[in-house]
Amino acid sequence: MDNLIIIDYGMGNLHSVKKKLHRIGVKADISNNPETIKKASKLFLPGVGHFSKAMQNLKELGLYDILNEAVLMKKIPILGICLGLQLMAKHSEEGDEYGFGWFDAEVVKFTIKDQLKHKVPHMGWNHVIANKSSILFDGLSGAQEFYFVHSYHIKSNEPTDILATTDYEYPFVSALEKENIFGVQFHPEKSHDAGEKMLANFLKL
Amino acid sequence: MFRPRVIPVLLLKNKGLVKSTKFRDHHYIGDPINAVKIFNDLKADELAFLDIMASKEKRLISLDFVSKVGEEANMPFAVGGGISTLEHIRQIIAAGAEKVIINTQATNTAFIREAADTFGSSTIAVCLDVKKKLFGKVQTWVMAGEKSTGYSPVDFARMMQDNGVGEIIIQSIEQDGMMQGYDINLIKNVSEAVTIPVIALGGAGNLSHLNQAYRDAYANGLAAGSMFVYHGPRKGILINYPEKTELNNLFYNENIS
Repeated sequence: MDNLIIIDYGMGNLHSVKKKLHRIGVKADISNNPETIKKASKLFLPGVGHFSKAMQNLKELGLYDILNEAVLMKKIPILGICLGLQLMAKHSEEGDEYGFGWFDAEVVKFTIKDQLKHKVPHMGWNHVIANKSSILFDGLSGAQEFYFVHSYHIKSNEPTDILATTDYEYPFVSALEKENIFGVQFHPEKSHDAGEKMLANFLKL
Repeated sequence: MFRPRVIPVLLLKNKGLVKSTKFRDHHYIGDPINAVKIFNDLKADELAFLDIMASKEKRLISLDFVSKVGEEANMPFAVGGGISTLEHIRQIIAAGAEKVIINTQATNTAFIREAADTFGSSTIAVCLDVKKKLFGKVQTWVMAGEKSTGYSPVDFARMMQDNGVGEIIIQSIEQDGMMQGYDINLIKNVSEAVTIPVIALGGAGNLSHLNQAYRDAYANGLAAGSMFVYHGPRKGILINYPEKTELNNLFYNENIS
């Protein structure tokens, strides 16, 4: 049976992910316990807030090595959401801090020219355009609306990792996928039916 | 393509849902949790809840209520009412809200800065209630529109941005409940003064009002109360929300201006 764990590292609203999974009909536990996380069959890494604070919390909780082992050695499927995606990159401009580096990618601040039309944080509904076929987009349109809230975004150095892009004055990477590692900049747990579908797709892995 | 959020704002008083006109005449609308269920079915983009008596009564919006909304809401929601400490914010987020809305305590910029640093800018929204002072200038008000801060909306919005706030809700007290359209100049002035998202509130009565605030005033979010709880010229109570196709036609068609 699936053992779904939502990683709790003190950053933001974890209950909405748990609640959404419950709605799909599966039970997930919220945990910061290394032993519990070791036994997970699927991991969720949500999060809202400051990048460097997040990395600091993960290290203080003793989860940095545990997650590297689970994701890189044991190949446990993991879904990063919002800040969770960004933490999978090598480095972020937010706090000039290093991330897990599971993706060859950087996290950079939006550089907007027309600041009247494109306010930052990028907050609201926007289209996510699939860049390659993926189980995450099963049964979803290749251009689907999802809910975003963020000021920083991914810049990928590895084009084959790019699962989806979104346009906000310029196209930015809104989802990454490599083997067992998935990350989305938007909030599937807050994106009505399309988000529910995407989470259910991840559970099929 | 990006489209602005359309946000029903629900006012709470004595555990019921009410709707005001110019911040007065609170009409009972119904049960707030029932409204959340209906907005789920109608696929609303986002919701906001404001406990309009909390600051005056020196208390926080009920956490039990926020938890109940958190259990039901299928979309992001923001909560305001008497928020004055970091612990309040932590409790509200833990109860399932995405954002807090601060009004009365926004004059305490040290608190605002600390809140943005602790929870992230996108978690902290500030609502600017705006009206003219008698024979005077347009000012930003707090404490349910009863206390003037002395700041112009533009100065106040800039001050909030400088202290890390992620979003400004700009509400015209004079247009509240009138359903005759937003105060476009007010919203435009604030939008032009800041680089963070600005939400228009106060006065929307129909879809073209929403579009006007988006196109002409650069509002990033379009919030309304009356429009989503009343129906028809006699203002019968009916929770409603535009169809997705209506919103797409409204906002994705670049030719309409």
